[in-house]
Amino acid sequence: MATKTGIPAAAPAKAASLSNEEVLRYSRHLIMPEVGMEGQLKLKQAKVLCIGAGGLGAPLGLYLAAAGVGRIGLVDFDAVDFTNLQRQVLFGTSDVGQPKISAAADRLRNLNPEIQIDTFETHLTSENALDILKDYDIVVDGTDNFPTRYLVNDACVLLGKPNVYGSIFRFEGQITIFGYPDGPCYRCLYPEPPPPGLVPSCAEGGVLGVLPGIVGTIQACETLKLIIGKGQPLIGRLLLFDALAMKFRELKLRKNPECPVCGEHRTITKLIDYAEFCGVRGEEAPSTVTNIPEITPRDLKTRLDRGDDLFILDVREPHEYQICNLNGHLIPLGELSRRVHELDSSREIVAHCRSGKRSAEAVDFLRKAGFRKIWNLKGGILAWSDDVDPKVPKY
Amino acid sequence: MAVKVIIPTPLRAYAGKQESVEVQAGTVGEALSGLTSKFGDLKKHLYTEEGKLRSFVNVYVNDEDIRYLQKDQTQVREGDTISIVPSIAGGVPAN
Repeated sequence: MATKTGIPAAAPAKAASLSNEEVLRYSRHLIMPEVGMEGQLKLKQAKVLCIGAGGLGAPLGLYLAAAGVGRIGLVDFDAVDFTNLQRQVLFGTSDVGQPKISAAADRLRNLNPEIQIDTFETHLTSENALDILKDYDIVVDGTDNFPTRYLVNDACVLLGKPNVYGSIFRFEGQITIFGYPDGPCYRCLYPEPPPPGLVPSCAEGGVLGVLPGIVGTIQACETLKLIIGKGQPLIGRLLLFDALAMKFRELKLRKNPECPVCGEHRTITKLIDYAEFCGVRGEEAPSTVTNIPEITPRDLKTRLDRGDDLFILDVREPHEYQICNLNGHLIPLGELSRRVHELDSSREIVAHCRSGKRSAEAVDFLRKAGFRKIWNLKGGILAWSDDVDPKVPKY
Repeated sequence: MAVKVIIPTPLRAYAGKQESVEVQAGTVGEALSGLTSKFGDLKKHLYTEEGKLRSFVNVYVNDEDIRYLQKDQTQVREGDTISIVPSIAGGVPAN
């Protein structure tokens, strides 16, 4: 039986009702006609699976639990770390090091002991996804990587479950609802993921802490609307949010008749290998940088201490230099080709970045440009902090 | 025809860090080639080596996806807004 919004809904609860405590707890819902007793009972009977207990999952979980969604599943395999606390408001400082899933479940149970929290401390995979998803009415995608996005999409299409989608990048977000029978799916929008070489590097990473808060809250809002069957759901509409401009825009999404998973001639009828689907589009990725001469942080320290004439080249971004630096000469990787004249190929050069990846590209580029006395600092400034100077902060 | 092309955050680094760029064009294809001739680095992010728009990049004229209009040949009018909307996964790269 389907509800008004078409959710593959639970059988109507037998004698579902609210206790006096629940009536009090949900009174601000009950006294508004758009929710009311009917809506609140739908919430109580609803089963929502949140994939990812991170930046998006945090506000999502909190608002679904607070609203009285009767059963909330959480899927995550990570542990809380210090860099999460800037945006993942489910967690406190004392949770650092703990599995996210248990810290999240504790927090949500404390917020609302009336509801059931199911925990899945695992990676979502092609092997377990259908089994985990099948018991829920609605799936909310709060993951952070392309393979899981495509996996969640395909699993939702195969099972006929709505997929409340949100994703973020720096200060920009995208939100929509996929997986309705007549509506588009993620593959209708994006048939394929970017090849690995074209995904933004860490030089362009980072995220404004409040952004997943806003996007995850919109996902929560859409989920609650689907459950109570009120309002206009974000189906067939892609909401774009730019936090810096503080602008929302809306684009039309269409079901793609050629879609391989939900179109007329389906070629994907079961879950596939998503790591391969997203990773091995190698022909377009830049050639992997190999055989780069390296120097360890300890060896670099030894050479600097004995007064060797080494030129330190920092290929990070200026805002990273401000966090910490090794007194190097700063040329961001993206500017290297036009600023190569600033370097003296007769001197010994050690290039570094944060982790050693961007500087490996820099060394590769400079070797091709004729530089011979050049090394990459292995492990970057992170390894320098670990092995040489812990006063240098890690970020 | 002057049209505005909105550059998404992940691609701004390749477009002089601008949020939007105004170009003169009669079709979407002309607008995008105007854009990539101004910002050469953008080209490989928008097109494959065969010159096809990449499948993780969608282009909209106002709120319509050009895949359901006339693709590159979609006409644009004075004041139209072209949006480039790439897929983003969220999360913070690990390295």
